[in-house]
Amino acid sequence: MSANLLKETGPREVFCGLTSIVWLHRRMPDAFFLVVGSRTCAHLIQSAAGVMIFAEPRFGTAILSERDLAGLADAHDELKRVVRDLLARRPEIRTLFLVGSCPSEVIKLDLARASEQLNEELQGRVRVVNYSGSGIETTFTQGEDGALSALVPMLPSGTERQLLLVGTLADAVEDRLITLFKRLGIDSIRSFPPRQSTDLPAVGPGTQVLLCQPFLSDTSRRLRDRGAEILNAPYPLGAEGSRRWMEAAAKAWGIDDARISATLDPLMERAALALEPHRQTLAGKRIFLLPESQLELPLARFLQRECGMELVEVGTPYLNRDLMRSELELLPDGTRVMEGQHVEQQLDRVREARPDLVVCGMGLANPLEAEGIPTKWSIELVFSPIHGIDQAGELAELFSRPLHRHQLLAAGRQP
Amino acid sequence: MDLTLWTYEGPPHVGAMRIAASMRGVHYVLHAPQGDTYADLLFTMIERRGQRPPVTYTTFQARDLGGDTAELVKRHVREAVERFQPDALLVGESCTAELIQDQPGALASGMGLGLPIVSLELPAYSKKENWGAAETLYQLVRGLLRQQPADPASHNPQAWKEQQRRPRVNLLGPSLLGFRCRDDVVEIRKLLDRHGIEVSVVMPLDASVRDVMRLPEADVNVCLYPEIAESTCNWLERTFGQPCTRTVPIGIGATSDFLTELHTLLGLEPPDANEGARQSRLPWYSESVDSTYLTGKRVFIFGDGTHVLAAARIASQELGFKVVGLGTYSREMARPVRAKAKELGLEALISDDYLAVEAAMAEVVPELVLGTQMERHSAKRLGIPCAVISTPMHVQDVPARYSPQMGWEGANVIFDTWVHPLMMGLEEHLIGMFRHDFEFVDGHQSHLGHLGGLQAAQPEPLTADLATTNDSELQANTTLSWTADGEAELKKIPFFVRGKVRRNTETFAREQGRQHIDSETLYDAKAHFSA
Repeated sequence: MSANLLKETGPREVFCGLTSIVWLHRRMPDAFFLVVGSRTCAHLIQSAAGVMIFAEPRFGTAILSERDLAGLADAHDELKRVVRDLLARRPEIRTLFLVGSCPSEVIKLDLARASEQLNEELQGRVRVVNYSGSGIETTFTQGEDGALSALVPMLPSGTERQLLLVGTLADAVEDRLITLFKRLGIDSIRSFPPRQSTDLPAVGPGTQVLLCQPFLSDTSRRLRDRGAEILNAPYPLGAEGSRRWMEAAAKAWGIDDARISATLDPLMERAALALEPHRQTLAGKRIFLLPESQLELPLARFLQRECGMELVEVGTPYLNRDLMRSELELLPDGTRVMEGQHVEQQLDRVREARPDLVVCGMGLANPLEAEGIPTKWSIELVFSPIHGIDQAGELAELFSRPLHRHQLLAAGRQP
Repeated sequence: MDLTLWTYEGPPHVGAMRIAASMRGVHYVLHAPQGDTYADLLFTMIERRGQRPPVTYTTFQARDLGGDTAELVKRHVREAVERFQPDALLVGESCTAELIQDQPGALASGMGLGLPIVSLELPAYSKKENWGAAETLYQLVRGLLRQQPADPASHNPQAWKEQQRRPRVNLLGPSLLGFRCRDDVVEIRKLLDRHGIEVSVVMPLDASVRDVMRLPEADVNVCLYPEIAESTCNWLERTFGQPCTRTVPIGIGATSDFLTELHTLLGLEPPDANEGARQSRLPWYSESVDSTYLTGKRVFIFGDGTHVLAAARIASQELGFKVVGLGTYSREMARPVRAKAKELGLEALISDDYLAVEAAMAEVVPELVLGTQMERHSAKRLGIPCAVISTPMHVQDVPARYSPQMGWEGANVIFDTWVHPLMMGLEEHLIGMFRHDFEFVDGHQSHLGHLGGLQAAQPEPLTADLATTNDSELQANTTLSWTADGEAELKKIPFFVRGKVRRNTETFAREQGRQHIDSETLYDAKAHFSA
């Protein structure tokens, strides 16, 4: 690996792990995510999700009050009371995630103990699981890692040979990938998280894992501890990454090259057609990725290798060299990979470099646009179906659209 | 510990951010973990601001907690002052930092930075956003003006006469993420200019630290949004003797009262009481014959204190609606809202639980809802038209066009915004005439199609009228049924009043102890309710 790995610290401009509740709760419609935290946590999730359209959402916040902090009320008893009320109101809930926050971590509220006691009380009617999505420990997508790794101990044991796809995918994308794996000759495929929270896949020595997302450090470690093998591959973003990702499974299954080519080559040809118009817009353009979603490295690899973009700097909230090994190998020599953030210094570098496109969070997008720098919000990347060879064109379109729009508006400004 | 699924107000430090981001030359160092940076998007996405809010977050992490978080605070304060060179610095903490008690304000004050530093203590576990904004404005104004000589007894709000200048006032309260503040300021400036009154400082929106120092130079303060500015206005009155207007100029009557109040304080002859009728179209539009259909429209009002009080007055006195529900999430404004509700024969709903608000709405079955974006969604589910009158802000509440709520133009905007979701009088008449034509589709509503599935698909809820029936025993023992003849007669009634007629008839039947409702019962009930 020859990327130029750098580090910086300072003020950061990123979401905390609570934000991942926004997509996790949609993945598992029979689960409820109860944040134990403050009004800030509640406000964060509703603001990040722009949620106002629900009848009654499957996430909420047990807001700590001064009584809880002053010890006037026993916070554990209070939490149990809130959970009982909630479950009485929402009898369809099968799994309850108690999600730790910054305040609950700082006052050392023992959510593990609370979960244990609630599990005893509920006697299997609802399973209570806990993890932390706090901003003092987690960044954005790490919340999903926390939720999934908390579920790993609940997975039944099994030695059956199977392919386990780990990480939330859009349902349609998941269906498509499963179809393709079956076409390749892999028949036993499960997903984690499942679509029903109670439909947990078994795990054991026969399990081979493909990570669909690059932010699942704890989850993959725990799966490995349960005997699963984590297949090493780039992540399924872009045609090339997706192909290598599928090939990793196919090779582990001993599927011959001819069958792999017969199955995937036509898809690759189609993807090349779909990518071409976007490649024309993106090729030679310079992109700067600010750290947030943890998808930055695979995206940079895709944009550079398949869309011809030049990488000015690739930020990442943290760097797990093990999980990112295949991605780092594919980056051009000397690519600036910046782990961590000093948002002010980073913005100085953005202004100095004047890139053609910046990937950043929603707090920074309009201010950069106002300076004439086109942007792409990173949060859109975690909500859009972008995985797989068939989605490569759509993924490229997310980046070419802002540039296309700037061209249209610039043309409109001509006298 | 309370379960919250959605919240009308953010935490108090977001209120502080609203003040800092509204002003020029003010920077806010917020001791907070990284996730709290989400608050930037409220400004950059909802308000479409082209600048980041002037906030430096210390973004401490778990591993910092064992070490020296105080040093971390100082480093961020130093860097923020060097980089942004503010004229004044706000220093505070969010909910998590409040627990680790680093006292960032005291730390910053001890650094010898040579600029005014205002330390904010905003209790995150008991207070909310609007309180935080009000407290920040108050602490900032007090902190900056504390050194100025003050003699409240010597202030004469009519001194402009001797000094041979125009009277001047400060406008206090307009801020970012406040409902239509941007346009209200323009409208109030216009209004005052027409009366020869000069605006000295607008605070906090676009105010600089120098502007704050000029606050005591005004003759009178105008409190536009009590949620944000009341405590500051009170302090300015106590300290510098500047009186303050208390009427919020939203609606014709209130704008007129506001002008009278301000003119009286300034020693000016109050303006002609008919100014509103000349300057705004609301009075005539409301008198015009098409508006007859607005008479007695049942309206449910919920939002922040300032806007619901104004809405209740406009609805009941200027548009001839009947207010059937009134409430606020602003606990600080609970007292005046309760008083207003009592005046209208109602009990105010003081709550920040949107599901309780939705339930109250469903119970009174209004014909129009005036609420926040959340009530808009609730009303949509219930198939009731709605207009938005209050924060919390949504990107739709920052329209491109000029759209004030205050003053004469504000009244025009309000007339259009509230009346358009309803059916126009002439249309209502025509639909009644042509409803037997084969082209006519039942459930049709001409322009907005607000009626959701609920009204059409489900029987009308009976709860509202149950509550008004006194004889509970009767209720329990009576099961009502409609005869075929009764149902047929009911179908002849236009759909948009059918639900109301059904409920009234059932109430009447229950009172009369009748179990079957036929066409005769329907006519009896009609006679009974028109009597």
